[in-house]
Amino acid sequence: MSTKKPRRFYGHGIPRVKPEELGGKLIVVEGADGSGRSTQIAELVQWLETSGRPTVQVGLKRSTLVSAELEKAQEGNVLSRTTLGLFYATDFADQLENIMLPALKAGFIVLADRYIYTLMARDLVRGMDEKWLKNLYGIALEPDAVFYLSVEPEELVQRNLAKSATLDYWESGMDLGLSRDVFDSFLTYQSAMQSAFKTMQKTYGFDIVDANRSVSAVNKELRKKISAVLDAE
Amino acid sequence: MKSFAELNFPGRLIAVEGLDGSGKSTQIYLLKRWLEAEGIKVYFSEWNSSEIVKAATSKGKKRELLTPTTFSLIHATDFADRYERHLLPLLRAGYIVLCDRYIFTAFARDVTRGCPPDWVRGNYSFAARPDLTMFFKADLEVSLNRILEGRPKLKFFEAGMDLNLSKDPYESFKIFQGRILEQYLALSKEFDFVTMNANVNVEKQQVIVRKLVSERIDLKKFKRRSPLPLPPALQVEIETLEIEEDKAA
Repeated sequence: MSTKKPRRFYGHGIPRVKPEELGGKLIVVEGADGSGRSTQIAELVQWLETSGRPTVQVGLKRSTLVSAELEKAQEGNVLSRTTLGLFYATDFADQLENIMLPALKAGFIVLADRYIYTLMARDLVRGMDEKWLKNLYGIALEPDAVFYLSVEPEELVQRNLAKSATLDYWESGMDLGLSRDVFDSFLTYQSAMQSAFKTMQKTYGFDIVDANRSVSAVNKELRKKISAVLDAE
Repeated sequence: MKSFAELNFPGRLIAVEGLDGSGKSTQIYLLKRWLEAEGIKVYFSEWNSSEIVKAATSKGKKRELLTPTTFSLIHATDFADRYERHLLPLLRAGYIVLCDRYIFTAFARDVTRGCPPDWVRGNYSFAARPDLTMFFKADLEVSLNRILEGRPKLKFFEAGMDLNLSKDPYESFKIFQGRILEQYLALSKEFDFVTMNANVNVEKQQVIVRKLVSERIDLKKFKRRSPLPLPPALQVEIETLEIEEDKAA
């Protein structure tokens, strides 16, 4: 990752936005709940801002446009898979156009706490068509770096339970009816998500980071790799 | 793109398309009333009406938060919700589903707003083609007058103000509608629309609509079953009572 990649959208992009006008850096951290994403991003923001670099953070379900409505709809479990997929895509697009693109234009470092890959993996696991997903997310900008924090499902269970004493309905894939038992469902679902990520890795070339290790060990590796991306300016 | 009949759905889907003010909503409403009176299983679904998504869309419109991309995606989300939760099960159950606007509205409108046609079509590729699409084609002036006379205050997105076509909402609306009409005309051939002359009066149009629908769809196949007869046990009891009374007399 030492050479600077030309800016491009994965597909059609956003009408009237020229990728070459986007400076800054787009850094994505992917991984399941309990993989340490948020902790790592907080540390990275601290590090980058201390060194005088402006940052902006985005993440799933944080858009002004639909986050509240999406949250509400998920509580009722009434969303079918295409609707859920498109709802998340709307949330992503709103943040892309209103936060990410303007920030990059202004030369900021955008740290994305999950990006289209989680959304695609979730939809793939739910049987959505890959071609359909690629077209849909052709609006997305190719990041400068994508780090996938890989943690074994068994370790994820331990971390999630230690944090909140329960396993999240959606993160356990309970809507898929894999098992009535949330514990079994979580393990099966997270393994399926990992294989989806591994398949996508071939296309999108993520950097897979072993996040079974300590916070500081993982952060050290991330800093080193991000430094290389920043130096490539 | 296959129709519901070609996909062996027991139900049939009829869509109406056209500009605002083309009279399509009145026509589909009158069609619905007729089908209901004929005892046919019928369901009506309107563009942008999903209970789950509608709130977000109206917030986005009111606060002018929408871009061409999010405008397109939020309407696709709304459509997907209605499609998966209502339209598909109803079509499986042998209903005639009437749609006031279908995916062609997005094809025409979102592309006019600058979204790439392939992208919009790809996003809606989960949807099957209607068994009948009626396109209500009125002269642009007729549609514009119907809207502009009755409802003088135009909403921001409705007038296409997000496209910066004109500072004047009326002027912007006219240009915007003209461009959408061009898109519709191009779609018309590709997707086999039946073009309805929306300049003639409402009653005459409805006669044509009903004739077309009964020619295209074998309506008697979509009738509700007649109500169940009274439980026989109860009738027997009444008869027995009467007989006993007779004896007493």
